[in-house]
Amino acid sequence: MRKNSTKLIILAVIAIICMLLFAFYNIQGGFSYAFPKRLERLFAMVITGTAIAYATVAFQTVTHNRLLTPSVMGIDSMYEIVQTIIYFSLGSSSIFVVSRYLNFGVSIIAMVLFALVLYRFLFRADKHPIFLLLLAGMIIGTLLGSLVTFMQVIIDPVEYESLQARLFASFMNVKTELLFISAGIVILAFLYGTRILHKLDVMSLGRDNAINLGINYDKMVLRILILSSILIAVSTALVGPITFLGLIVSNLAYQYFATYKHWVLIVGASLISIIALVGGQFLVLHVFHLSTTISVIINFIGGLYFIYLLLKESRKAG
Amino acid sequence: MIEIKGLSKSFGKKTVVEDVTLKIQAKAITSFIGPNGAGKSTLLSMVSRLLDADTGEVLLDQSDVKKMKSDSFAKRVAILKQTNHLNIRLTVRELVSFGRYPYSKGRLNEADHKFVDQALEYMNLTDMQDKFLDELSGGQKQRAFISMVIAQDTDYILLDEPLNNLDMKHSVQIMKILRKLVDELGKTVVIVLHDINFASVYSDRIVALKNGRLVKDGPTHEIINSTALREVYDMDIPVQVQDGCRICVYFNSHN
Repeated sequence: MRKNSTKLIILAVIAIICMLLFAFYNIQGGFSYAFPKRLERLFAMVITGTAIAYATVAFQTVTHNRLLTPSVMGIDSMYEIVQTIIYFSLGSSSIFVVSRYLNFGVSIIAMVLFALVLYRFLFRADKHPIFLLLLAGMIIGTLLGSLVTFMQVIIDPVEYESLQARLFASFMNVKTELLFISAGIVILAFLYGTRILHKLDVMSLGRDNAINLGINYDKMVLRILILSSILIAVSTALVGPITFLGLIVSNLAYQYFATYKHWVLIVGASLISIIALVGGQFLVLHVFHLSTTISVIINFIGGLYFIYLLLKESRKAG
Repeated sequence: MIEIKGLSKSFGKKTVVEDVTLKIQAKAITSFIGPNGAGKSTLLSMVSRLLDADTGEVLLDQSDVKKMKSDSFAKRVAILKQTNHLNIRLTVRELVSFGRYPYSKGRLNEADHKFVDQALEYMNLTDMQDKFLDELSGGQKQRAFISMVIAQDTDYILLDEPLNNLDMKHSVQIMKILRKLVDELGKTVVIVLHDINFASVYSDRIVALKNGRLVKDGPTHEIINSTALREVYDMDIPVQVQDGCRICVYFNSHN
């Protein structure tokens, strides 16, 4: 078995190769025009990839479940409903659509508030078990999803077209002006996030053992859930929902590294995430010639992988 | 010393622990005994802050446990619950190393490694320190968890039914180690026990609970006699003395 540090270096090398390929391969039409554009996209993918990786691994540690991701809590659906409501009630020419900042701000605030209300409400009364929280999230997510579908059915078809573009993750039209603000938020979140990596290690031993070892468990769970919501909210508002990415990269990291150490798991998951996004985008551009999108590929592979994990789990249980 | 003052806890309408007040003597083994549902585990969970009490307080050397910082509490009191299922795959040594977390915050130094070595040695786990927990038998696993608590090097060690699922040999082994912790290292051990004879043979003091209330609290020899036990268990329990140990022969008792 290879050592984990070696594995991390291998992944880092692959990630760098993907990034170099993406940045320089077959660059056409003025270098000075295309290159900065590619760098922007690359930057967006790195931010999104690491944010999703951290959020998912941390979330799965505190929920003690490796098949759930923050999207299950309904955060993705919240993004969809905010966008749909804006298009439905105000139309695509409204300031909330035209001004990227406003749209970004509203989406993030709505998603984080949604998560906060959900956690607050469910954590306030005596400690509810975490599965209740998830179940509630799932049901609310489904409810929001149905509402979205309902509005989309009766919305003006032209508006619907432009709404659709918003609801699919895409790195081709990354909102450049949002890049730096997103990077700022993600870096701030990581400043805190890296300081609690050792707490995550202890929390993976379960509530009782973590409290025994001096972790203020319930407070930490709440903080980590909020942190993951912010990270997911930012990445969703930046590029759109990529539901299955977190699930794939976290589980691949668990399998590949087989360790409890969160710094290894999270750095590993981030690298895998970058490889998936940048490599996937490279394939979309140069192999599929834009006939498909990265979110379709990732959700297709991710969906298959999810089914595989479910089958494996149920076989273990049976 | 740990002082428990008027501790109560209800779940919904059911009162599980009701107005329990007692002092836990330092440098001794205290066993919590009582019938099923007496509130032993709940009481232990409240003392170790796994569970918030509805009313009452727990004092550790005169200071309120609730006001203590959680990491400084973790250096003084350790708790091990009876079910310890882990979602992650760890080796014995990795698990025991977690016991040093309150001191090292994940970065073990020379002294921490020494504590881990000693704790492994104490539980006879040195040979299997690199084995994964899921490769071990129930008894070995239990020893690994106790070893983690020993590595934590606290003055107080609270254990919730540590003999659960253990055979006779391992039960005796663990009780002997707890005795050694008290006699040699001056620790204070509090255990919830189901087997009254283990409580009788190994503990210095016994606390008996029934329906959430404290019914007996005293030195072992004052509790292990037919009159006192009748009050706790509603059973006639003859007590025989064998090699200086008081043994309860309840197997054929009439109610």
